[in-house]
Amino acid sequence: MATAASTEAMQLGQDGTLGQDDDGVQFLSFILADEYYGIDILRVQEIKGWTPVTRVPQTPEHMKGVLNLRGTVVPIIDMRMRFSLEEVEYTPLTVVIVMTVKSDSGERLVGIVVDAVSDVLNVGKDDIKPTPDFGDTVSTDFINGLASVDDKMVMLLDADKLFNVEELATEETLEQE
Amino acid sequence: MAIDISQFLQTFYEESFEGLDIMESGLLSLDSGSADSEVINDIFRAAHSIKGGSGTFGLNAVANFTHILESLLDEMRDGRRQVTKEGVNLLLESVDCLREMLTAAKENQELDTQRIADVHGRLEAMWGKSEEGASTPVTATDNSNTSTGQNADGWTIKFSPFPYILKTGNEPARMFKELRELGELTVAVNTDKVPDFPELDPDECFLAWTLTLDGNIERAAIEDVFSWIEEDCDLEITPIVSRSESDNQPAANTPAATGAATARTGGSSSSESASIRVGIDKVDSVINLVGELVITQSMLSTTGSAYPMLQAGLAQLERNTRELQEQVMRMRMLPVSFVFNRFPRLVHDISEKLGKKIELKMSGEQTELDKTVIEKVTDPLVHLIRNSLDHGIEMPEDRLAAGKPETGTVWLDAYHKGGNIIIEVRDDGKGIDKAVILEKAIERGLVDANTHLEDNQILDLIFQPGLSTAKEVSDLSGRGVGMDVVRRNMESLGGNVEIRSTMGEGSTLTVRLPLTLAILDGQTIEVGNENYIVPLISIIESTQIKPEMLNYVAGKGETFMLRDEYIPVIRLHEIFESKPRHTDITKGLLVVVEAEGKKTGLFVDDLLGQQQVVIKSLETNYKKVDGVSGATILGDGSIALILDVPGLVRLSQENRTDRLKLSA
Amino acid sequence: MSTILAVDDSASMRQMIAHTLKGAGHDVTEAGDGEEALGKAKSAQFDLVVTDINMPKMDGIALIKELRAMGNYKGTPILTLTTEASADKKAEGKAAGATGWIVKPFDPDTLLSTIGKVLK
Repeated sequence: MATAASTEAMQLGQDGTLGQDDDGVQFLSFILADEYYGIDILRVQEIKGWTPVTRVPQTPEHMKGVLNLRGTVVPIIDMRMRFSLEEVEYTPLTVVIVMTVKSDSGERLVGIVVDAVSDVLNVGKDDIKPTPDFGDTVSTDFINGLASVDDKMVMLLDADKLFNVEELATEETLEQE
Repeated sequence: MAIDISQFLQTFYEESFEGLDIMESGLLSLDSGSADSEVINDIFRAAHSIKGGSGTFGLNAVANFTHILESLLDEMRDGRRQVTKEGVNLLLESVDCLREMLTAAKENQELDTQRIADVHGRLEAMWGKSEEGASTPVTATDNSNTSTGQNADGWTIKFSPFPYILKTGNEPARMFKELRELGELTVAVNTDKVPDFPELDPDECFLAWTLTLDGNIERAAIEDVFSWIEEDCDLEITPIVSRSESDNQPAANTPAATGAATARTGGSSSSESASIRVGIDKVDSVINLVGELVITQSMLSTTGSAYPMLQAGLAQLERNTRELQEQVMRMRMLPVSFVFNRFPRLVHDISEKLGKKIELKMSGEQTELDKTVIEKVTDPLVHLIRNSLDHGIEMPEDRLAAGKPETGTVWLDAYHKGGNIIIEVRDDGKGIDKAVILEKAIERGLVDANTHLEDNQILDLIFQPGLSTAKEVSDLSGRGVGMDVVRRNMESLGGNVEIRSTMGEGSTLTVRLPLTLAILDGQTIEVGNENYIVPLISIIESTQIKPEMLNYVAGKGETFMLRDEYIPVIRLHEIFESKPRHTDITKGLLVVVEAEGKKTGLFVDDLLGQQQVVIKSLETNYKKVDGVSGATILGDGSIALILDVPGLVRLSQENRTDRLKLSA
Repeated sequence: MSTILAVDDSASMRQMIAHTLKGAGHDVTEAGDGEEALGKAKSAQFDLVVTDINMPKMDGIALIKELRAMGNYKGTPILTLTTEASADKKAEGKAAGATGWIVKPFDPDTLLSTIGKVLK
């Protein structure tokens, strides 16, 4: 099931025109500790199975390492660790979603490790609800909104905020201190 | 047709700056005595092109400024004007002005118009000194003796072209067509001069015409039609109604004195070579692709070993890809003359200012370096040369007193050596007083008074930040401020810098740089199950440690003794938090590396192979990581990180201080 | 449409000339000095040559003389690009066999109208 969804996602992702129809946005949804998350399908470059990476010393724990993606050195981030969720062994279902992240310094490629890819969702603009305020304990900066699809709650992620360089740098500084 | 000519501006700026460089180096070579007419011609031609282009592209201030410069050069070229030292200096200043004007126009910056006006004024003053009117610029067409405003109801034109007219590409029929556009034209042909058929040369014109042109037409318009051939024909233009003014005509002139037409051929300047301009991003993407190809090729060769035919083909492919890689890399390479070219001017200006006599001798200007390296090496080299000029070479009287020739020499040499490029800055000045350096270093607590230092170790102290930033020391020692910065810059390029000096005889600074920043020769090392690449250039040796060599110096941590030197140890597995096979230092290997003039031993599990690797940046998609300078893709498609040796040394020093703080 | 050989050592001038002439539907070949131009003129027949005077290797004057000495360029229109300061250059160009001149600086319209005169 996950494989079928990923193939579909790839085709859609490659065709830049399909991501946005008249009044909605298409999201690729993925699963992380039984929760559903979504990212803008136009950002998805590629979905691939987990393969070993090269560890990079002096980096935060959720930075698993770097991967050779057709000659490009791509950082791979474990999303469970990034969200401080319980760590699990990687399985054959474990996938890496490679996506583009935009920042002031240009576009970068980042791969995220998730439990499984679920589906491509059509979300109407009106169906996106604002993120409730969880108080100071949970940072919701990188969540664009919530969508409810087939009784499932999907958290729509803002890839740029999630992976901008400043944030990565701050984290590291925090860890060192 | 509207054409936006601004699209050619970029090219115009590029070639103009190149032209200015040609002018500058040409002027400097005139300065050193040779008044080679070919050199003056090169300078003239560069000025001429800048003038033509700047006028066309609407940079009128530049065009005006260059106009007078061109006129002066034209006189020098023809031998009508003496080439003097003052003249050359003023022309050099003009080159600076033009460079500023063009830069200001290109970057949309403010301009110091005061200075430009000053130099322009001085150029005019110099121009005024020449014989008045020797070659006053002639403007527009020289039809001053004809009344251009004259109108009439019509004109009679008697037109007898000289026989050779067709050989200039001018056809009478073409002129008739143009005249027809002005008014009603009647053509009567006169065949009197046509010879008999046997003597008839079809390439010559023996016909003459009497033309009647009706209409209210300005004489100037008719003259304009004939302007190109006014000297190649007999032409009479007479108004039909009014009194004859035919006396006014620029009548039968014989063709202009052709003897003056001297062809200047041959003798091209050596700096010209056929080239195309390609965006560096295009070259880089080709380099990346070729890097991929090399990797794919080595992946294939590890899998294809079972089939001999395939193996042979792969060997061929390997040769081809290597060659392709080298050639593509060369596209990024520029001759080091791009940096060297500025130094004659620098030496000229500074030696004049200091009142010293200094000759600059350069060699190896055609040695090629990566564009990025060239850009970054410029400032440090300027610094080294300035040091030689300011502090190395003595005043003429001091040199004579020391039994040396009055004129000091600074040598600037570039050459290849073992996959690196070496740039040497050498002078025959007074050299460096090691005693003074040692004294100051002890005073500043950089070395212990009891430590015995070899001569080269003492000299190396000038690269220490604490020593060379102190002003009075730099003056005494004969070397300027900021040698630590020079060394750091060179190391950031993956190179290094060394000094040799003999009192009274001079100093030599040797800069060693990698040919390119795109690939490096690396040593693969193993720590636990991880592989890293150490740049070969920073490795001095690798050694196995015997227990008796070990030492633990308080405050400095683990060290070992190698030929009378205490060398600190960096345990890579500690810094990188990896799981090593060996934690006992006598079981693994120590790779002795040098960074910032200091030796350090990297403790690793094992050494694997050496190979040339294509450098990929981690920052493209991630960020800078301490102790890592980049990454590379290995033959099996996996990634290995390239170690940043100076960064590692700093990192381990920080760690040590942290630990000290903790234990305190 | 005509085939035109544009000769100038300045790449920006060459680009501008070529762009202008191509825009008017002509087939333009560029050369950076007289030597290169002569080589190109030997391997193809051009309807018109537009050349700068001051160039390295072989200047415009020498180029014109060489071209005129070739059978197939005896009557080909050759225009020189000249600055207003060099009135003597006009004469020199003429003496070598140039058809006429275009005075620098010029704009694309002037260039087109001038070459329009000599092209059939």
